[in-house]
Amino acid sequence: MSLQNFMNEAISPWMKEEGPDSDIVLSSRIRLARNFAQVTFPIIAKEEELKPILDFFNQEYAHQSFKDYRNLELVEMSRLKPIEKRVLVEKHLISPHLAEHSDHSAALISENEQISVMINEEDHLRIQLYYPGFQLEQALQRASELDDWLEEKINYAFDEKRGYLTACPTNVGTGMRASVMMHLPALAMTQQVNRMIPAINQLGLVVRGIYGEGSEALGNIFQISNQITLGKSEEDIVEDLQSVVRQLVDQERKARETLMQRSGIQLEDRVFRSYGVLKNSRIIESKEAAKCLSDVRLGIDLGFIKNVSQNILNELMILTQPGFLQQYAQETLTPDQRDIRRASLIRERLQLEKK
Amino acid sequence: MECQECHQRPATVHLTKVINGDKTEIHVCEQCAKEKGYGETSFSLNDLLSGLFNFDHATSISSGTAPASTQLAKQVQCPKCGLTYKEFARIGKFGCAECYKTFDEKLNPIFRRVHSGNTQHNGKIPKRAGGNLHLRKEIEQKKHELHQLIDREEFEEAAKVRDQIRKLEKQLDDEQGGDV
Repeated sequence: MSLQNFMNEAISPWMKEEGPDSDIVLSSRIRLARNFAQVTFPIIAKEEELKPILDFFNQEYAHQSFKDYRNLELVEMSRLKPIEKRVLVEKHLISPHLAEHSDHSAALISENEQISVMINEEDHLRIQLYYPGFQLEQALQRASELDDWLEEKINYAFDEKRGYLTACPTNVGTGMRASVMMHLPALAMTQQVNRMIPAINQLGLVVRGIYGEGSEALGNIFQISNQITLGKSEEDIVEDLQSVVRQLVDQERKARETLMQRSGIQLEDRVFRSYGVLKNSRIIESKEAAKCLSDVRLGIDLGFIKNVSQNILNELMILTQPGFLQQYAQETLTPDQRDIRRASLIRERLQLEKK
Repeated sequence: MECQECHQRPATVHLTKVINGDKTEIHVCEQCAKEKGYGETSFSLNDLLSGLFNFDHATSISSGTAPASTQLAKQVQCPKCGLTYKEFARIGKFGCAECYKTFDEKLNPIFRRVHSGNTQHNGKIPKRAGGNLHLRKEIEQKKHELHQLIDREEFEEAAKVRDQIRKLEKQLDDEQGGDV
């Protein structure tokens, strides 16, 4: 697997598999923050301290296999063009932080892109593992095994009292951030999401937009994750998150049903208008595209639209991001040019579905 | 509720300002909040954190005299990475694993605020870095179990657990002996 594969396909191979509740939960993710015991954390470390970590990964882990994940690819950030880094960010394979701090940083990525271990991010290691649909427990189990595999050769910074030691006090303890990506169009349409967010926050969970902290819930996609990392076990954190996600799934289903009963024709109209916009527009901004994609995905889930794959939302949400558009065009584009490109890309993609 | 600045988007940022006893409420959308600079502190985690770290500093100003411990803490410097407490409070990040020991006595209040009152790890123990912590935790848990069994007067079960504890303690002794 070469870097080119990570760049060309908008949708990661693991996303193509269907997971439980995938009509609402797009993906589940576990992220573990880990550090080398003897090395200063990346934020204040000198270059000569961080380079050995990268070298160590090149030596010990590049092209190695962990379980079924064969031939792990070590992608060094300093060798990538800005647009290529942006593409990896848009695919959630690396964080914006890693893209910005490229000296001696890298990501160890599995062929199906389910695993991405970021090296020399805010912490020395950020282990990320994705599963399609609602599978937090499986993701935790697998991430923990990956963590054990890495620990065989690395002396982790761990303290009996404080747990895994991290650069930021908000990650100490388990170092774990568990999160799910949810598509909640009916709850958003009926204005219920805004009322639910404060309640969710009170449970020690955070609700964010698709591209993390501070980002907007583009396309009615919400990311929900744990805030607290200290004092609770990984299993308890996942369980708490799961029970909230489970309730949100139920609420979203109920809201969809109610909408169908009370204003089925309006809903159908909205879905097909959005479908029409995507099929016919020549210029489209990312915000409008996201809104229409969310409507179309809902239309697919509700059975209004047939012969279009569910993945269209995930795929086109990523594919129509600025980095991807430019990677696709193989040149730098102005925002106006991007809006034109985006429209034609969406039209092409929907044409493809027809066959 | 609509945003009181642009009157277009829904208000998602709600702030209550209290300045010298005057209370004002602000309801704006995220964009306007950013433009107007509302809630800069509530949005930047860093600012929020460094605010937390300086907590006892702020109270000491209002009471007129700074306690000696605070003054001292500000000069504390991590022997490994050189980060001072002041610098730590500014960037809101530790410099290395040793910082946790260096600033230990200042950390409980911070962790309590960030992690809903928790200050102690209660999760995974790494296989190697955890040393014999696994074993000690298991003994602790068995002892707890033993007490419960005794309370319930289930002595036969209790005897079994007691034997398990003895075995584990012996194992721990052997391991520690091996280390020396």
